[in-house]
Amino acid sequence: MSKIGELKKKILQVCYKAQEGHIASSFSILNILYILYNNILNINKNNLKDNNRDIFILSKGHASIGLSVILRDKGFIEESDLDSYCEYDSILGGHLDKNKVNGVEASTGSLGHGLPIAVGYAMSKKIQNNSGKVYVLIGDGELNEGSNWESIILAKQHKLDNLVLIIDYNKSNEKSINLGNIEQKMLAFGWDVESITGHNHFDIYNALKQNNKKDKPYCIVAHTIKGYGSKTIENNLPEYHHKIINSEELLNKLISEIEEHENQFIYNDFVKVGVDNEKTVQ
Amino acid sequence: MRKQFSKTIENLMEKDNEIVVLLGDIGIFNFKNCFQNYPERTYNIGILEQSMIGLASGMSLSGLNPIIHTIAPFLTERVYEQLKLNFGYQNTGGNFISVGGSYDYAGLGCTHQCPADIQILKMIENFNIIVPGNPKEFDTLFNEIYNNNKPNYFRLSEYSNKNNINVKFGKASIIKKGHYATVIAIGNMLDLVVEACKDLDVTILYYTTIKPFDYETLDQNLHNGKILLCEPYYNGASTYDITKNLFPQRLLIDYIGIEHKFLNKYGKKDEHDESLGITIKNIREKVLRLIDA
Repeated sequence: MSKIGELKKKILQVCYKAQEGHIASSFSILNILYILYNNILNINKNNLKDNNRDIFILSKGHASIGLSVILRDKGFIEESDLDSYCEYDSILGGHLDKNKVNGVEASTGSLGHGLPIAVGYAMSKKIQNNSGKVYVLIGDGELNEGSNWESIILAKQHKLDNLVLIIDYNKSNEKSINLGNIEQKMLAFGWDVESITGHNHFDIYNALKQNNKKDKPYCIVAHTIKGYGSKTIENNLPEYHHKIINSEELLNKLISEIEEHENQFIYNDFVKVGVDNEKTVQ
Repeated sequence: MRKQFSKTIENLMEKDNEIVVLLGDIGIFNFKNCFQNYPERTYNIGILEQSMIGLASGMSLSGLNPIIHTIAPFLTERVYEQLKLNFGYQNTGGNFISVGGSYDYAGLGCTHQCPADIQILKMIENFNIIVPGNPKEFDTLFNEIYNNNKPNYFRLSEYSNKNNINVKFGKASIIKKGHYATVIAIGNMLDLVVEACKDLDVTILYYTTIKPFDYETLDQNLHNGKILLCEPYYNGASTYDITKNLFPQRLLIDYIGIEHKFLNKYGKKDEHDESLGITIKNIREKVLRLIDA
């Protein structure tokens, strides 16, 4: 199975053991996180005090298990940490705590906080003449929060061309509010915008590898599928948004769906650019 | 106090290049020298307080020391979750300086009043809370703790005590010693308390640090457990600190301060003081009643 498939399987197993976790939200961003941590971010467990490192903030903090398996894969945390996910004394929980987990730059959970903090990090880099970029990933549902729109204005005002906002547009929002064309909105707010398929490694890599235009913050609208890779999850939202896997039978069913799905693809075991034969996500 | 605030910051910015001033479209004129001399570290962020606190947190987490300023309700109640999560839970430092106190801008009505700020901020674990009673005291206290890497809330008022007291962060000052009761004066309540008690045989303790609360000094200066707590905001904010730390002593506590209600009148500060019983006469009567109790 592909690396992504293995990580998704691990997510399912951990969430089954913990009887906790947002699986669908994690599946929608896993490809993006994978490319970020393997090919884009200049962060590793040894440079977390370096002021010139890149910063990544997962604002949709409920996808914590998605980030956790990536952090494990990159050596920030141990396998035993994953296995204790959401236990009383675990360093890992349903939303990650920066004071417990190496490599987490901001504790998130309540929505609409990650982007303002990222704007602060980006302004700080400019004030202190530090290099590195600031990446923040938010959900489309979270985009309703007014604090995000305040910060979208601020990022433009302060010419934050070291800031990259990734919107996981997994259509969570459509059950409450139709935001219309997010790309057009961001353009109207003065940002540079790229629209991609958020499960296509080549697209993700190319979009993330682009330099910000001078004086402009950069937004990547990643069109994704919530629960991507498991038809049971994809077809049963919002029930599966925070559904607990309540039987071994269901766990095995979801794992076999992931295996079947991921076996369609040929991923290089990611070196520089991933190869993904996936059809474009509509 | 506001003039002292900008002067204090200006002096510190000269020698400390980690300070960043963030204004919520308030106090711009007072900071004109900072805008001129340190344009890369002085910002009028605008009227978007949630993001102002969030970005201040990001700055703090990356090594700067943000000083954030606007009117009390917009620096506390409006952004309570940002304070709680972006500074409390992240466990990072910054300095929050409010103006307006409970009802300095009485004529503007309830939206610009903030008698609840101290009570709500006390619920955030790592916040320090400071209520200076005089511009010089602000300067002393700010210089003492501004770079302690904790979130520090300074509550400034347009109304000050006449004299500067030699204050220290985290310590109460003994203004006078007596025998029959202990009167606690917080911030700009001190002048009223001193006048009300001038010929009474009571102890007066002056507090400018509300959190952490110096219960040791109170413990050492307690008389039959009788306390009059005079607070320039919703009353009772320090009650838990007192009862928890002085247990199992028997305490008899009365209050001068603001009832937990909307102050939906306009007018002047003096009129609200009168209506709420924040007067020399009422303080004196309460002290005498406490002595007799």
